Amino acid sequence: MSSGLGFVPSLDVRGLAYAYPDGHQALFGVDLTVERGERVALLGPNGAGKTTLVLHLNGILTAGAGTVAVAGLPVGREHLAEIRRKVGIVFQDPDDQLFMPTVREDVAFGPAAAGMRGERLERAVRTALERVGMAEFADRPPHHLSFGQRRRVAVATVLVMEPEILVLDEPSSNLDPASRRELADIVRSLDVTVLMVTHDLPYALELCPRAVVLSEGAIAADAPTGKLLADRELMRRHRLELPFGFDPAATPAPPRRPGAR
Amino acid sequence: MGAGHAHRLYRHAESPVHRLPPHCKLTAVFCFVLVVVCTPRTALWAFAAYALLLAAVAAAARVPAGFVLRRLVIEVPFVAFAFLMPFVVPGEQIRLLGFLDVSVPGLWDAWNVLAKGTLGVTASVLLAATTELRALLLGLERLKLPPLIVQIASFMIRYGDVVTDEMRRMSVARRSRGFEARGPRHWGVLAKSAGALFIRSYERGERVHLAMLSRGYAGTMPVIDQATASRAQWTAAAALPSAALAVCLLGWAL
Repeated sequence: MSSGLGFVPSLDVRGLAYAYPDGHQALFGVDLTVERGERVALLGPNGAGKTTLVLHLNGILTAGAGTVAVAGLPVGREHLAEIRRKVGIVFQDPDDQLFMPTVREDVAFGPAAAGMRGERLERAVRTALERVGMAEFADRPPHHLSFGQRRRVAVATVLVMEPEILVLDEPSSNLDPASRRELADIVRSLDVTVLMVTHDLPYALELCPRAVVLSEGAIAADAPTGKLLADRELMRRHRLELPFGFDPAATPAPPRRPGAR
Repeated sequence: MGAGHAHRLYRHAESPVHRLPPHCKLTAVFCFVLVVVCTPRTALWAFAAYALLLAAVAAAARVPAGFVLRRLVIEVPFVAFAFLMPFVVPGEQIRLLGFLDVSVPGLWDAWNVLAKGTLGVTASVLLAATTELRALLLGLERLKLPPLIVQIASFMIRYGDVVTDEMRRMSVARRSRGFEARGPRHWGVLAKSAGALFIRSYERGERVHLAMLSRGYAGTMPVIDQATASRAQWTAAAALPSAALAVCLLGWAL
């Protein structure tokens, strides 16, 4: 399943540099390749440029230098619609992501904007909601759901587009432990490339076999997550800290591709 | 639809009125109000007939009288204004209850405002009680209201609670630090809070827009639900305004 088009990486970022209009430079030549079906954690301290990088992946921000390609398609003006379908970004605050009056309409928004209608649309929406276990909440307004439920719906709103790569921005923030685990189960059950931006290092270890550290606008490390978290010197240098009592060496590493043959 | 939570103006029930498509009901209420406004104010019996028509609709929709009456309270400020009229409008005077001098045209004006206002508000309350907010928006969209206005209204519904919640949290934060608004000296703080709330909402607007762009928004909302109405449904919805029109014409003829 995952090796059908194994030659083309899901995400290929080369020499990406970006400065904000006010002159503040956020990215200084980022190189990152994510193969199809991989789950990669993007770690880094506050202000490292993680969000800036994410906003380049679907062309909200335009690179000052360098290139971004999604499944071989360069991110640029000419195929912006296609790129935005392929890159599913789940933003940190689900209240920003869920802007329609009901869950169903919110999930339907993306495909309907792309021209899907009728029975096909209904089916796609139902399938996406079932994948995150929220099918019975389809007719609820998003603001009446719990935070964890809202985040799951937010994941559904991008899953329905059948994205090439799922980008999760701080997926575990503000979640209670149960919702956190439920979301992890969902992410694990998906057969899709995942880039997970997070401060939650145990969560990264649990879900992502590979991790990269973005620090001061460049990739500072790229290694198996367990090995990376165990490197105290590296961790300290990039202001990454493990929670009290957490030992990455004592935690079993995640299987590389659960569900894949 | 909407399981569990709904707007408090809405009253969940199964009835023929609930089942009518929203745009039919909107049109019916609009026409009904127009007809009521066009009725001569001296035709007292006509207003009684309108009230009976609305009572019939309420009965069909299983909306109890108490529910409607409680929601009529919104009308009070306007009614207060109507009660001033007999005292301020010049014209022929009449003595009420032996001591109150009021003007006759003023009394008619007050009656006019009171009767037509109450009938209009009752019709709207019934509409809101039998139609969900979301459905109302779909109805407006169907009636070819400019899409931008419908979008703004739907965002108001979606984010009203979010902004109110933010406001409440800011208020809790103020009070937790020992601030109670007492008198004009503290208005500065409240004004700054309002400013901060505005900026927060504005920034949220930007983030929402970003999220919309990320999912392929290109200036128009895709049509997801198409409200449709059959001829029978239109006929059923037309019953109220047509009956009212007949009453109105009689009112002018007699």
